[in-house]
Amino acid sequence: MSRWEALHDLMRNWSAAAGMAIIAAILVVALAGPLLTPHDPLMPAPLQRLQGPSSAHPFGTDSLGRDILSRVIGGARISILIGVISVTISLLPGTLLGLLAGYFGRWIDSLIMRCMDMLLAFPAILLAIFITAVLEPNLTNTMIAVGIVYIPHYARIVRASVLSLKQQLFVQAVGHLGGGHVRILLRHVLPNCIPPIIVYATLGMGTAVLQAAALGFLGLGAQPPSPEWGAMLSEGRQYIQIAPHVAAFPGAAILLLVLGFNLFGDGLRDVLDPSLRSQ
Amino acid sequence: MDRSLLRAEDLVMHYPAKTGGRLGRSGKVVKAVDGVNLAVQPGEVFGLVGESGCGKSTLGRLLLRLEAPTAGRVLFDGQDLSGFDRGRLKRFRRQAQIIYQDPYSALNPRQRVGRIIGEPLEIHGIGTPAQRQERVAELLQVVGLRPGQAVRYPHEFSGGQRQRIVIARALALNPRLILADEPVSALDVSIQAQVINLLEELKARFGLTYIFISHDLSVVEHISDRIAVMYLGRLVELAEREVFYQRPLHPYAQALLSAAPIPDPDAPRRRQILKGDVPSPINPPAGCTFHPRCPHQMPVCAEERPVLREVAPGRWVACHLY
Amino acid sequence: MSTGPVLDIRELTTRFDTRRGPVTAVDRFSLNLAAGETMGLVGESGCGKSVTALSVMRLLPRPAGRIVGGQIFFKGKDLAALPESQMRRIRGNEISMIFQEPLTSLNPVYTVGFQIVEAVRRHRRMDRRAAREEAVRMLSLVGMPEPAARMEDYPHQLSGGMQQRVMIAMALSCRPAVMIADEPTTALDVTIQAQILDLMNRLKAEIGMAVMLITHDLGVVAETCQRVAVMYTGRIVEAADVRTLFRRPAHPYTVGLFQSLPQIGGRRGRLRPIPGAVPSLLRLPPGCAFQERCFRSDAQCRQDPPWTSVGAEHWVRCWHPMEA
Repeated sequence: MSRWEALHDLMRNWSAAAGMAIIAAILVVALAGPLLTPHDPLMPAPLQRLQGPSSAHPFGTDSLGRDILSRVIGGARISILIGVISVTISLLPGTLLGLLAGYFGRWIDSLIMRCMDMLLAFPAILLAIFITAVLEPNLTNTMIAVGIVYIPHYARIVRASVLSLKQQLFVQAVGHLGGGHVRILLRHVLPNCIPPIIVYATLGMGTAVLQAAALGFLGLGAQPPSPEWGAMLSEGRQYIQIAPHVAAFPGAAILLLVLGFNLFGDGLRDVLDPSLRSQ
Repeated sequence: MDRSLLRAEDLVMHYPAKTGGRLGRSGKVVKAVDGVNLAVQPGEVFGLVGESGCGKSTLGRLLLRLEAPTAGRVLFDGQDLSGFDRGRLKRFRRQAQIIYQDPYSALNPRQRVGRIIGEPLEIHGIGTPAQRQERVAELLQVVGLRPGQAVRYPHEFSGGQRQRIVIARALALNPRLILADEPVSALDVSIQAQVINLLEELKARFGLTYIFISHDLSVVEHISDRIAVMYLGRLVELAEREVFYQRPLHPYAQALLSAAPIPDPDAPRRRQILKGDVPSPINPPAGCTFHPRCPHQMPVCAEERPVLREVAPGRWVACHLY
Repeated sequence: MSTGPVLDIRELTTRFDTRRGPVTAVDRFSLNLAAGETMGLVGESGCGKSVTALSVMRLLPRPAGRIVGGQIFFKGKDLAALPESQMRRIRGNEISMIFQEPLTSLNPVYTVGFQIVEAVRRHRRMDRRAAREEAVRMLSLVGMPEPAARMEDYPHQLSGGMQQRVMIAMALSCRPAVMIADEPTTALDVTIQAQILDLMNRLKAEIGMAVMLITHDLGVVAETCQRVAVMYTGRIVEAADVRTLFRRPAHPYTVGLFQSLPQIGGRRGRLRPIPGAVPSLLRLPPGCAFQERCFRSDAQCRQDPPWTSVGAEHWVRCWHPMEA
C-alpha cells in the first residue's frame, strides 16, 4: 500500500479523523498559547478567588483568583510537551533494545528481556513515583520517569516485529548477498518495524499525559505555580464541593487530549495493521 | 583432474531436535543432510529433486555456505569454503547467488525495486551511484522488465514479475553459479513457463551454472542436464536427464516418477503407489532409509546402508539391488 | 443421463465489494454435475474456481461477498435462495467440501476422533458410542494405518497426507451426494498425492457420489476427471469431456495452457508461455477477457463471446475457437 493510499484511508476512518481534529485543536492552542490567554495565568488576584464561570472568566477562577481558562491554555503546551518528550525517552532506548534482543537472540535476548521484565514488574505509577521522589520532583524529572517506565513496552513490540521479520526471505537475502548485520538492521529490519511503533507511540502519548497528570496530582510533577493540568486537579480537589469548576475544567482538558490521542492511535492501527488491509 | 565448479564431500547437517517435554537438549538430532557427495560441473544445470523433508533446501544452503555444515566440506573452484574468513566469504558471495521460492517475501516491501536490485552493488562497493543506476536499468531489461519501473515498489508487481526482480538482483554481481530453490513453484503455470524460459536464456547468455532444486519433476526434467534424487538427507540416485527419465534405477525414483500425474488421459499409468508416509528425519530407519516402503525390500536392506556407487558411466545409485 | 444432474448450477454470479469497487469473481457460471462423475474445474490463481465452490456451499465471507445472480439447483432446491438454517442441514451433510490446507481446516485443540464424531453426530442421529465406531470405520476406509489409535491424535501430530485423509473421512462421514474438493492435493508431496487421488477415485466409486475437483494441475485432471471446465477471470471458457479437452482443446487459453507445460519426455527447447499476465478483475477489457493475450483475437472480441458448441458435449466461449 502506498503512502498516499494509507493517508486516504486514514482520513476516511472517523475515529482517526476525530482524533486528529482534537489533537490539532489542542496543538494550535498550545502553540498560540500566550496570544490566546485573556489573563496572565500566573498572576494571583485574591479578590476574585473561586468565582464561577462568567463572561470575564469563562472557566471561572481558582483559589488564588487566577483565570482558569488561561491556565488551561497554558497547560496545554506543557501537556503536549510531556507527551512528546516522554514518548521519545521511551521509544529510543526501547527500540534499540528490542532490535538487539530480537535480532541477535540467545543470551543477548535473554539478558535484555529479563531486564525489561524487571521494569515491567513494577506498576507504572509506583515506578514513576519512585523515580521522581529520588530525583527532585519537577516537570523534567516527571517526563524522564514516565519515559523510563514505558521503555520495556517498546522493547517488546519491536522485538516481536523483529522476530517475525527475521523469517522473511528478504531479510535473509541481504545476508546472502554479502550484507552485514548493521545494514540488515538499519535498512531492512527497522523500517519494517515502524508501523507498530507509530501506533504505540501515539497511544503512548495519551498514557504519558495521564501518568504525568497523576504525578502532578500527587505533587510530584510540575510544581506550583505552573499551570500543569494534573497539579490544577490537585488544587481543585479541596474545593470540589463549593467550586467544582476548579477541578472540572483541567480534568476535562486531560480527558479531551487523551481521547484525541487514543482515537487517532486506534485509527492509525486500523490503517497500518496489515491483517485488516483488504486487497 | 577435477574441473568441477562446486564439490561437496561427505556433507552432514544435523540439527538438535526440539522434541517437546524436557527443557533444553533432549539428545535427539534431526539428520537433515546425512552424508552427501556431489560435484557440479561448470555450465551445467544440476537438478535436485525430492519431497518435503528430504533435505534438498538444507543441502542447497550448505553448498553456498549460508550455513556451516556439521561435518564435511564444500569446495568452490577447488577452494575449501570452510577455510574462508569473513572477507573471503563476502567475495565468494559475488560468485554464487540465490533465487528463492517465494517472490512475495523475497523483496523488502518498503524499498523501491531499483534500490533492491542495486543493493548487492552497494554492499560490495561496486561503481558510483550513477553507474549503479545504469546497471540496474540494464538488469531490468535483461529480465524482461522496463527500466522505468525501477521507481516502483514490489507490491505493484505481479508474482511473475517479482520473481524476475529477484532474478535481476541475483544477477547484479555477475555470479558464476546460481542456486535456484524452487524458483517457479509459487507461480501459475503460464507464468512458470515464462520464468523457466528466462532462466534458460540467461544461462546461455551469461554462461551460468545452475543448481535447480524442485519437487516438480516435469520442470526439473525440462531444464536440467543431470538429476539427483534425495531421500531423507541422502542422494539415492544421480544420472543424466534422459537416461534417468527413461529408466530410473532406484525404487524411490521409480515411484516418484510414476506418481507424477501426466496431463494425458490416455497415457498408461505405471502407478507404483508407495505405502505409508515419509519417516521422520529424527529417527530414520536403519540400513537403507527407504527400505520400509520399498517394494523390492531384501533382508540386507534393513542392516546395511547402501553407498552411492557408479553402476554405469555417469549413473550413480545407492541401492542393494545393484 | 437418464436421471437429472445432482447439482445444476445456472448463471451463478458472485460479487465482492472491495475498497476499489465491486468485483465480479464468478460471472454467469453454468455447470451441471451428474451422480458418480468427477468434474474438474481448472484455472490459474484468481480465476474464481474457489469462489465458485464457496458460493455453492454458501460460505462466502460476509458482508463482502454475495451471490448476485443465478441458481444452484440441488435435489430440487435452489441453494442460492435457501435460508441459512436449511443450508446448514445440507452443508457438510449432503454436500461436503475439503480444502487445500488440512491443517488450517482442522481444529488444533481437539483430537481428530472428536472432530469426526462431531461431524457424524451433527448430521446423523447417533449416540456417542455408535458415532465413535463409525468414525473409526471411516478412518480405516480412508486408508489410515491404525485408525483406532489415530482417533486420539491431534491434527498437528499427523503428517500432511494423514491430515488430508482425516478431512476426507469427515467429508464422507455423512455419505454426501456431492463432494467439492478444492486443491486437495496441492500441498502434498507427489507420492502422497498419488495415494490420495487413488483413494478418492476408489471411494467415489464405492459411495457413488459426484465430485467437483478444483485444481490448477492438468495432470491431476487427466487422472481423475471425466469432464472438465476451464475458468478464466471468473468465467468458464471451455467445457468438455476430458479426452476431448486434452486432444482437441478449442479455446486459445486452453491451448496456451497446454503449450506452456513442461512435460516429462516432451521436447526440449523453449516452452511456449502465454504472453502477458491475467488482467486484474477490476480492469477487464470489454467482451472477452482473454483477448489481449490471445493469438487469435480481433476487433470482434470486444463483444461478449457466445457460448458455442464445437462438438458433442464440447462448449467454448469464444469467437474464434480452434478448428478440430
